[in-house]
Amino acid sequence: MSGHDTESIQEHIKVYFTVFGALAVLTILTVGASYLDVSTTEAIFLALTIATIKASLVAGYFMHLITEKQTIIWILILTFSFFLILMFFPLITATDQTGI
Amino acid sequence: MQIPYIVEERPDTGLINSKLGIWIFLASEIMLFGGLFSAYVFLRMAAPEGDFAYWGTKLSIPMATINTLVLISSSVTVVLSWASLKMKDFEKYKMYMGVTLLCAGIFLVIKYFEYTGKFHHGIYPSSSTFMGIYFTLTGLHGLHIIGGIIVMGYMWLPIGAKLWDTDPELFTNRVETAGLYWHFVDLVWIFLFPILYLL
Repeated sequence: MSGHDTESIQEHIKVYFTVFGALAVLTILTVGASYLDVSTTEAIFLALTIATIKASLVAGYFMHLITEKQTIIWILILTFSFFLILMFFPLITATDQTGI
Repeated sequence: MQIPYIVEERPDTGLINSKLGIWIFLASEIMLFGGLFSAYVFLRMAAPEGDFAYWGTKLSIPMATINTLVLISSSVTVVLSWASLKMKDFEKYKMYMGVTLLCAGIFLVIKYFEYTGKFHHGIYPSSSTFMGIYFTLTGLHGLHIIGGIIVMGYMWLPIGAKLWDTDPELFTNRVETAGLYWHFVDLVWIFLFPILYLL
């Protein structure tokens, strides 16, 4: 491995520690936010927003998705589309129950 | 026979086959957990008002918070173990991978105390719809933790780690692939924690 490669890995390591710090802070923030006096809808929105930010940090930096090849990005876009369909199933059922 | 393109990148995909393989596997895992997340939303919408929130109070937030921090720590140590191999530092790899395995073990021990605590209070998967989906989701996630321990344990013990001496690049790629799986296990927990314990 060239000196440049080692240097670039060391830069990566600094990023990993920064992301780790951010994830730890966001975890404490999630717990703190759950004690706020807000409606259930607001609580769900808040908790899932923080969870999505945390997940993006893990996927982007630890799993290197921000620099990953297009092949993998397209596989994930396709998977995420199917995932969204799955998440919409309960909503369709709820619509049925209201007779629409 | 050597599996092709596990050290050199395949020209058409620009990836090594093992990395493409693990990502396709993770895509199937997204659908597996996605189905259960969808079931959770479905059951929560159909449950009486406040039922899920009530049963959620039976869970221990401090234990789950510690477990979240433990899993996040293991995610950073597994990526550091890979970075150590990239820098040809095998001793550091052993240390970081060892810490990852330790964190995985701590996670399971805390989970064991959580489960047995519920059982001692007479709470089982059959106790309520919430508990049914709680044990299903966390149980499946726990099985993934055990799977990770087996794979990473093999790479940490001499039986698997000896590959470093004969083919260091292949070994580094194996660790990266296992690391991707481990990050996914962490990702799932990042969503399980708020929906089961905090909402």
